[in-house]
Amino acid sequence: MLAILKRELRAYFTSPLGYVYLAIFYAFSGVFFWQFTLALNSTDMSAVFLALFVVLMVLVPLLTMRLLADDKKQKTDQLTLTAPVSLFSLVFGKFLSAYVIFVMGVIMLPIYGFIMSTMATVSWLPILGNTLGLLLLGGIFVSGGLFVSSLTENQMIAAVGSFFINFMVLLMDTLINQLPSGLFRQIFESISIYSRYTDITQGIFSLSSVIFFLSVTGIFLFLTVRVLEKKRWA
Amino acid sequence: MIEVQDLTKRYGAKLAVDKVSFAVGESEILGFLGPNGAGKTTTMNILTGYLSSTDGKAMINGIDILEEPIKAKKLIGYLPEQPPLYMDMTVDEYLKFVYGLKKCKLPMRSHLNEICELVKITDVRKRVIKNLSKGYKQRVGVAQALVGNPPVLILDEPTVGLDPKQIIEIRTLIKKLGKNHTVILSSHILSEVQAVCDRIVIINRGKIVADDSSDRLVHNLSNDHKLIVRAEGNASEIKKLLSTIPDMQEVRINKENIEPGVAEIYLTAKDGCDIRRDVSKKLSSRNYPLLMMKSNELTLEEIFLKITTGDIYGHADKIEASMENKLAGK
Repeated sequence: MLAILKRELRAYFTSPLGYVYLAIFYAFSGVFFWQFTLALNSTDMSAVFLALFVVLMVLVPLLTMRLLADDKKQKTDQLTLTAPVSLFSLVFGKFLSAYVIFVMGVIMLPIYGFIMSTMATVSWLPILGNTLGLLLLGGIFVSGGLFVSSLTENQMIAAVGSFFINFMVLLMDTLINQLPSGLFRQIFESISIYSRYTDITQGIFSLSSVIFFLSVTGIFLFLTVRVLEKKRWA
Repeated sequence: MIEVQDLTKRYGAKLAVDKVSFAVGESEILGFLGPNGAGKTTTMNILTGYLSSTDGKAMINGIDILEEPIKAKKLIGYLPEQPPLYMDMTVDEYLKFVYGLKKCKLPMRSHLNEICELVKITDVRKRVIKNLSKGYKQRVGVAQALVGNPPVLILDEPTVGLDPKQIIEIRTLIKKLGKNHTVILSSHILSEVQAVCDRIVIINRGKIVADDSSDRLVHNLSNDHKLIVRAEGNASEIKKLLSTIPDMQEVRINKENIEPGVAEIYLTAKDGCDIRRDVSKKLSSRNYPLLMMKSNELTLEEIFLKITTGDIYGHADKIEASMENKLAGK
């Protein structure tokens, strides 16, 4: 796992991908920070976090698209899949590599908070809660992207596919509103990622949300392992 | 060391590997010979745990690759047809990655140094793999398979795309490795497996058609009693002359004027008879200068024809036809 993690991390920075991702993320978070917080003479950063949802929705597929798809295309999966490592540690190593880049972006937000705190009183709890929320959301985006990447050997399709998944996550809430009230609607409401995330940005941080986000990430990782496993059994 | 029983792989309707069974002993070099699409790569992919089999069993040192993949994979070094290289890494970085991936316990620096010396890539260790020539890439692929010093090496067409000098180097290397490794190597070139392997398994359309020691196989298939002769002079007269040799079975004119005034003639002697001296003497007795004489070497295609037509010792018309086409057309 460590070997995979190290290799993939290095790959992000020997290609423009890691730099491009981080540059775009920093640019957007900086603009939002100025627009929604500084320009309003406020210390409330929750609008920044909310706006970043859409940015990450588009950006994270860039990080995850090549993880498994490129291996398949370059046939390097013949090395990783015939090496004496478990499929889970292989998948988890890949996941972590993209997640580390993701964290490197998100880490900027508490730093903004720190910068503000030198000029005004900042309530840290919402900022840290929001950051944690974003980290949890990132787990879903990254694992979802990794899963789609395992299904194809074309990076473009992997990117578009995971973008589609992320977009559905956002869209689901509007679709749910069209449903008649009842059990069906309740089920969909309870699995809505976006509404759980907006809850967090509004300061409603519940354990069930944390478990929910971690579970969805876990499910995507599990599915990715199954996709690789299928090759060996089918 | 390696045991394969009734291995079958089906891709949809296509049967890629059909009940293949063989065993390879310790420190044996097995040549896996077959035309493209015969099922060599599929078999190797199953052996290394990259693909599943539809049916049958593959065991490495008594460990089923499907049941205990991690344990079995620890014993195997695999060079796929296309070396699995990360183009964005340097050779050194790549080998260290493989070292980590295989959870190698040997001391890293000396182990990797040793491998690089062995496959002669020490001078490119700092270079990015993308920029290496095909031959070097192939050797880095071999190096990768050697990391961790696995007792079993599976090499899929290790010499493909190399220049003649490199081919000889790789062959020598494989021979050297075969002294303390079990090696399976695939190829579609007969002379290659013949040069390197103790034993040859010939596979065609997913089925094993021959499995024998390479000496015996080549001997059985060899055509010592078939000669191609070029002599200067009237073709039909030469034919008449050579037909008088007692052990001669057949004399056939292939081409009357292969060079101006020179005839090319195919000779078939009776089994086990060496007629080369007689041919030379006869020709010189009548002052027909002998310009060329060589035994009729079989190509892989012809061997397939021979084996698949079940006609290992005699000569089938089909072979003749194929040979004629070959010599005349290509």
